[in-house]
Amino acid sequence: MTNAPNTLDVAEEAAALAEHQPVLMRRTRVERSWRALRKAPVTAWFGIIVIVLYVLTAFFAPLIAPYSETELVGGPFDPWSDHNLLGTDQLGRDMFSRLIYAARNTMGIAVLTTALSFTVGGLLGLLAAVLRGWVDQIVSRIVDVMMSIPQLIFCLVLLSFLGTSVLNLVLIIGILDSTRVFRLTRAVATNVAVLDFVEASKLQGEGLLWVMTREILPNILPPLVAEFGLRFCFVFLTVSSLSFLGLGIQPPSADWGSMVKDNATLISFGDPTPLLPAGAIALLTVAVNFVVDWFLHKSSGLKE
Amino acid sequence: MNPLIRTILQRLGFGLITLFVVSVVLSLLVGVLPGDFATRTLGQAATPDTVAAFRREIGLDRPPVERYLHWLADMARGDFGSSYSGAGSLSGNRRAVADLIAPRLVNTLFLAGLAALIAVPLALTLGLLAALYRNGIYDRLVNLVTLTSISAPEFFVGYILALFLANDVYFQIFPAISTVEPGASIFDRAYACALPALTLVLVIVAHMMRMTRASVINLLASPYIEMARLKGSAPRRVIVHHALPNAWAPISNVIALNLAYLIVGVVVVEKVFAYPGIGQLMVDAVRNQDVPVIQGCALIFAGVYVLLNLSADIIAIATNPRLLHPR
Amino acid sequence: MDELEYWTQQIKKGRINRREFMGRAAALGVTTAMATTLLSQAGVAATPKKGGTAKFGLAHGATTDTLDPASYPDTGTQVPFWGGMSNSLTEVDADGNITPDVVESMEPADDAKSWIFKIRKGVTFHNGKDLTPADVIASYRHHMGADSKSAAKSLLTAVTDIKADGKDTVVFNLSGANADFPYICSDYHIPIMPAKPDGTADWQSGVRTGPFVFGPWEPGVRASLKRNPNYHKEGKPYFDEVEFLTIADVAARTNALNAGEVDWIGRADLKTLNLLKKNPKIEITEVTGYGHYVFPMQVTVAPFDNVDVRTALKWAINREDIAKKVFLGHATPGNDNPIAPTVKFATNPEPVFKYDPEKAKFHLKKAGMSNLKVDLSVADAAFTGAVDAATLYKEHAKAAGIDLNIVREPDDGYWDNVWLKKAWCGGYWSGRPTCDWMLTTVYAKGAAWNETQWANPRFNDLLVTARGETDDKKRKGMYAEMQQLIHDDGGVIVLVFNNYVEAASKKLAHNKIAPNWECDGLKIAERWWFA
Repeated sequence: MTNAPNTLDVAEEAAALAEHQPVLMRRTRVERSWRALRKAPVTAWFGIIVIVLYVLTAFFAPLIAPYSETELVGGPFDPWSDHNLLGTDQLGRDMFSRLIYAARNTMGIAVLTTALSFTVGGLLGLLAAVLRGWVDQIVSRIVDVMMSIPQLIFCLVLLSFLGTSVLNLVLIIGILDSTRVFRLTRAVATNVAVLDFVEASKLQGEGLLWVMTREILPNILPPLVAEFGLRFCFVFLTVSSLSFLGLGIQPPSADWGSMVKDNATLISFGDPTPLLPAGAIALLTVAVNFVVDWFLHKSSGLKE
Repeated sequence: MNPLIRTILQRLGFGLITLFVVSVVLSLLVGVLPGDFATRTLGQAATPDTVAAFRREIGLDRPPVERYLHWLADMARGDFGSSYSGAGSLSGNRRAVADLIAPRLVNTLFLAGLAALIAVPLALTLGLLAALYRNGIYDRLVNLVTLTSISAPEFFVGYILALFLANDVYFQIFPAISTVEPGASIFDRAYACALPALTLVLVIVAHMMRMTRASVINLLASPYIEMARLKGSAPRRVIVHHALPNAWAPISNVIALNLAYLIVGVVVVEKVFAYPGIGQLMVDAVRNQDVPVIQGCALIFAGVYVLLNLSADIIAIATNPRLLHPR
Repeated sequence: MDELEYWTQQIKKGRINRREFMGRAAALGVTTAMATTLLSQAGVAATPKKGGTAKFGLAHGATTDTLDPASYPDTGTQVPFWGGMSNSLTEVDADGNITPDVVESMEPADDAKSWIFKIRKGVTFHNGKDLTPADVIASYRHHMGADSKSAAKSLLTAVTDIKADGKDTVVFNLSGANADFPYICSDYHIPIMPAKPDGTADWQSGVRTGPFVFGPWEPGVRASLKRNPNYHKEGKPYFDEVEFLTIADVAARTNALNAGEVDWIGRADLKTLNLLKKNPKIEITEVTGYGHYVFPMQVTVAPFDNVDVRTALKWAINREDIAKKVFLGHATPGNDNPIAPTVKFATNPEPVFKYDPEKAKFHLKKAGMSNLKVDLSVADAAFTGAVDAATLYKEHAKAAGIDLNIVREPDDGYWDNVWLKKAWCGGYWSGRPTCDWMLTTVYAKGAAWNETQWANPRFNDLLVTARGETDDKKRKGMYAEMQQLIHDDGGVIVLVFNNYVEAASKKLAHNKIAPNWECDGLKIAERWWFA
């Protein structure tokens, strides 16, 4: 919703990708991963290191942060100092600590939301591609309707109705995003579902679940991963935009999206405070997508 | 039948059904919200008898199904109905939804057009260059810049642009708020819209550029490209003459989606620059539960979505001889 | 800072008016000529200059806005359509006194059970028509009767009858005595509109009596008004044209002011106010208004039915902390008296409630409790910062052994589903210019908006007596006792009175700023000028 939607793009890309999967040599999984990693370009390494750092920060937030995220430790808007490394926010909470705790909250929300949207959207997409017929028709038309209502308006109405709790935010963004995941999955899975090896496994009498997860899913993974990379980051933007329209996550918990919004007016006077949470989001977006690019490049079979 | 015409007719049919379902879904959604236009407008001042009088006046005392059917009947005649809000002066007691939407839609289309005019050629050029010089310094740099620009929320991008381009501390080149005088010339309009248009360009270029690059690179492993390269064509020629024509389908798809987004999803940018677009109209209507206006806007949005998707499919078919001339 | 400098600052901030300043200056031995020079240096011109087009950036305005004064939701309609275009019968001046506006005089009769208004000669509507009693009657009827959907309906329930008496006199008959009735007539919901032949008020055309004439209007975007050359107030208005732009986003408003695209903005961003102050071309104005934020407890519901529990909760909140943190210092801490300090007859009852966990514990013990756990329902729909304020209150109350459970309610439907329904919640009052109006609306027994369900017999007796009393000295005593009763026994916690913080280009000039509403009493278009 915040930034441009990005599904169909990868859909077509995927169709192309699926046909050009390289034949992998049989090595153990660890061995293969290590070999791949060693050959990874600098950008991918950079991405991996940043992501690992973020995850560590999120896990060990209470150990790293000097204060808790809700503790009032100073006056409102204290400047940067030894006591409060990055100053305090409007209620006198330590900015640096909130930034660290926000890693936990924000990434938690983003992971949950994307997991939800990929589970729902992916599953329905695979089902539609394999079963076709009326299942496909019904789900596709429902998704069409959902996609043609502007996402922001959808969120606005649903959130005013259900209230802006974190759980509702995750559920609503997750479900709305799943429509885009569905379109993508269905598009690429349809191309794979008609291939001979899928037919063969069906004739062999394999169950629906097996065909979906063992035969088709591995072959459509690259576009889904590419989508995951962007979707994951768009969650922050969605949270931020909703916060701008007055429907974001409420204090006391901190998240980068709302922190950008809360401090955004400072930028009009050249005060760099809002650049911190915005930078945190940007760095993660760049890191995740560097890794995704590398993965796509590897699976595209281009040998340069 | 020509596959192009068949697709168009089929999709238009589905489009109409989608529009109808959208209107039903929105009626239901708005119906479950607490309160209604009367209580929203009166706020704290809502005493039971004032609310009742208000509801009587705007017809909210009738059952929801009846209201919806009435609206649908009007719609079938091409009448968008009237807003619940009183107007005065020009159009009597109620404002016609069409009168509310028309000027806003013009503003929105103008802004979207301006942004697209800059963004689309820019994204295509950047994307093709990135594919040409892939994995080089240029590619990495463009990637970094565009990824950073899409990871900043739009309002933030807008504030930063306003700081640098509409503030006498730096450069006061463009107006900080986009007020459009009625009857302003096209150049005045473009000048007023400069900052919101630039913001939107920054937001959508990344996406289209990445898509262009990805779809072109994806084709580079195909045997026919290999062939072209082996016969000694220059890399530039390979990309523009061999890869690009086959990449039009995914590229036009992502362009269509971004154009739809420019029309449907820019309420945040409108707010940042106080630009009277249709997004604000719909958000105001949702906040005040002005159902006829919500319905009118939603129909336009859904229509835009359906039409742009259709155009993308047409381009996909038209640029693919296999689809255009099926055996 | 020497004293003269201090008073110069005060007049610049709009806290005192020109006349008061001259008085102070004379007392300090400054010559009139010198004082005038100081004033012009301070941007307060001796005589307002005429001309120019002023642009105002308003914080509110929606596409659903209407010209109908029965529902003016916010400043987006109130400032252009009431303050800019219309007049009520009376108006409240910058010192809080009631003065006649389109009337020449207002006299009580029958012990203030009826009021006689004499229409000012020569007041015309924008279309040239003279103002007649029929217009006044139509304008008031617009808000009365079963079919009225007006927000002012409850204001006028006491009006039993309006009659014309001759060509220029209107008589209002009331169901009970009300010495403050002229104040009610100054409300922004009740501008005078021309009557149509069928006796209803013509709100649709935008034809009014005010300083500016209705011009192009795009709801939720802008309203442009042109000077009314036949305005009944001598010399006013000063601007040739005024333009009101809706700029809902606070950063956009600030940017527009900084870039000189508007001359004035409402509801300045408190977060960046210190940064904005550094701009030498900008003046910040701040006045304490009548508006206040409250946490009303329903005194009929346990545990709030125990006065000691209420008192404990009043001692357990740190209002200064909330004023400082939630409102960034731009608010005046309350003392559980809903009458703003600038209102006539306002008192500051003793003991002044300050944060004191020990006293809270003492009262809790008196109520027979060692600790207390209560729910407080809030949403930012009650007032911006309600959730933050409640969060801080929770921290304060801990020290007194009180455990507040903050229940976050949804914003939408808050006034429908939470306010007046939950035993303890957040609320907001924009305040009223008189004691009687405020107390009758919210604290009288059986009032529709009695959010605390408080019914104190002594208070209700006094309320009726004071309303009919015309001797100011006696009224003063009665209102002091009533405020004390609310303070000691009532169920309301008044957190703070809000300040109206606005920012203007120094190209504009003004007199003392009125505290009754924001935007200089909503009349900024009429009262301000280009320096």
